[in-house]
Amino acid sequence: MTTLSPPRPGPARAAGSAPRRRPFLRRYDWDAYLYLVPAFAFYLVFLVRPVVESIWIALFDWDGITASEWVGFDNFAEVLADPQIWQATLHSLVFVVFYALLPTALALVFVGAIARIRVRGLAAFRALLFVPYILSTVVVAISWRWIFAETGPLNTALRAIGLDGLTRTWLGDFTTALPSVGIIGTWVMFGLAFVLFVSGLQNIPAEQFEAARLDGAGPVREFFAVTLPALRGEIQVALVLMITAALRNFDIVWNTTSGGPGTSTTVPSYFIYREAFVTHQVGRASAIAVVLTLLIFAIVGAVMWLTRDRDAAAPRGGTR
Amino acid sequence: MRIRRSEQFLGHLLLVVGALLALLPFLSIVLLALTPPGERTGGGGLPSSLTLENFATAWTRGGFGQALWSSLVVAVAVVLGASLVSVLAGYAFSTMRFPGRFVLLGILLVGLVMPYEGIIVPLYYLLEGMGLLNTYWALILPQIATSVSLGVLWMRTAYANVPRSLGEAASIDGAGRWATLWRVYVPVSAPAIATLGTLLFLYTWNEFLMALVLVPQNPDVQTAPLALSFFAGSTRNFDPSVTAAAAVIVALPILVVYAIFQRRFITGVVAGAVKE
Repeated sequence: MTTLSPPRPGPARAAGSAPRRRPFLRRYDWDAYLYLVPAFAFYLVFLVRPVVESIWIALFDWDGITASEWVGFDNFAEVLADPQIWQATLHSLVFVVFYALLPTALALVFVGAIARIRVRGLAAFRALLFVPYILSTVVVAISWRWIFAETGPLNTALRAIGLDGLTRTWLGDFTTALPSVGIIGTWVMFGLAFVLFVSGLQNIPAEQFEAARLDGAGPVREFFAVTLPALRGEIQVALVLMITAALRNFDIVWNTTSGGPGTSTTVPSYFIYREAFVTHQVGRASAIAVVLTLLIFAIVGAVMWLTRDRDAAAPRGGTR
Repeated sequence: MRIRRSEQFLGHLLLVVGALLALLPFLSIVLLALTPPGERTGGGGLPSSLTLENFATAWTRGGFGQALWSSLVVAVAVVLGASLVSVLAGYAFSTMRFPGRFVLLGILLVGLVMPYEGIIVPLYYLLEGMGLLNTYWALILPQIATSVSLGVLWMRTAYANVPRSLGEAASIDGAGRWATLWRVYVPVSAPAIATLGTLLFLYTWNEFLMALVLVPQNPDVQTAPLALSFFAGSTRNFDPSVTAAAAVIVALPILVVYAIFQRRFITGVVAGAVKE
């Protein structure tokens, strides 16, 4: 920096004089690509390439070891005609209720209850309610296996209040296994929804609540008139994240029921894992993976569209 | 503020009940882990005495020292690698004009919603071909790739908040692009980078499926969640209190980190989510 350098046609000059006069190639910062190379190298090799290969592998009959055989779209046809896959998809949709709709509804109740009041120690409550979301899914699964166990806290509590008739091995029972796994998801996701909604709540100008109160709105009307519309963005984000988690759900199922009893808690990602790495029908596993990915994209797209900002174009103070 | 006392009370009551429900499942396995082996409290009432014996048993039988170390190695490597490439790429997206900018950004956005389940099968064969299965690399390289989308978009937003004048002042002083990045943009964005790092650390630490598929046969590189899953699933550990102790061992490091950085965790998850 101490050496005398010739005046450079750098940004300092370009900013002042007419930048449009520069020759065509100079209008771009070509060294931008140098900054992009490392990130895109990882991204292309370990993400984009596998995405493309997934589709390619799905077109073959392959056991993962010996030569593969081209079968076109047979794997897809087979998967879409397989009642087990449909059953698993149906389970996933049940999980959408438990992993996304229920936590959203519950968190909205919580947020509605605290929107008008001064909460003492809100930061502490927020931190505590968020704990389930930061725990490893395997730890979560083991905790709940104990809760639902034959001699676990849930059955003990039921016996203590005289409801012996209701006790059972919750995760081992054909009728209760699916909702029990679902409840675990509700427990994990509630914290995420709550934290998102509270941060949205803090962005609502206090005048909006005061205006509603001056109009004589009670807590319920205030919730529907002020809080709920203001949280639209956060609700959208929460739903997208939680629905994706519900449809992808593998960890919790694998570590609690492994799809059982029977096939009562199977999910598509369970079949992807099993067929790719246990029964070695790699082509079929890839076909399921492609179908699951498309399903997730379709549902996420639909949710984003349904929860879109309908009056975004209308002049509304431009808070968001 | 004319808010009735009953409303105040109800709001707080709800929060207390919620917090109890959020903590209860984990606390119940902490209690189970502290219960002497063989004693069954059945989840109701307290055990006759508390013991750390289960922790010792789980620690030696499950090899959790090695597993926690592996988790740390993988998480730190992913955080450093992903942050570095994001710091660079975000800079290009935020401050430079180049052809294909929007197309490249769009390609990155796909990664935000892409479920790992959709790529895990080819990923296995890709890493097998590279001879990296059952090594740390099998966990580090793909997880840097899956963190890039969030990281780059995150850094792009962070740099957008750096006042232009700061960068211009640096370039007038003769600093080139590279120097301006490291002397101006990175220091100013340090809090955002720290939050990104915390977020990636959490996600990497807890990742289960990738570990299950990519390092199933080498106990030396298995991460804590995978080791815990194998430990809980193996039939030699019939005693649920030992399994509970193992779960507590695996959960403890992240809980300690969370207790210290909870604000950063929460703002990170919120900001990271809203970005999507």
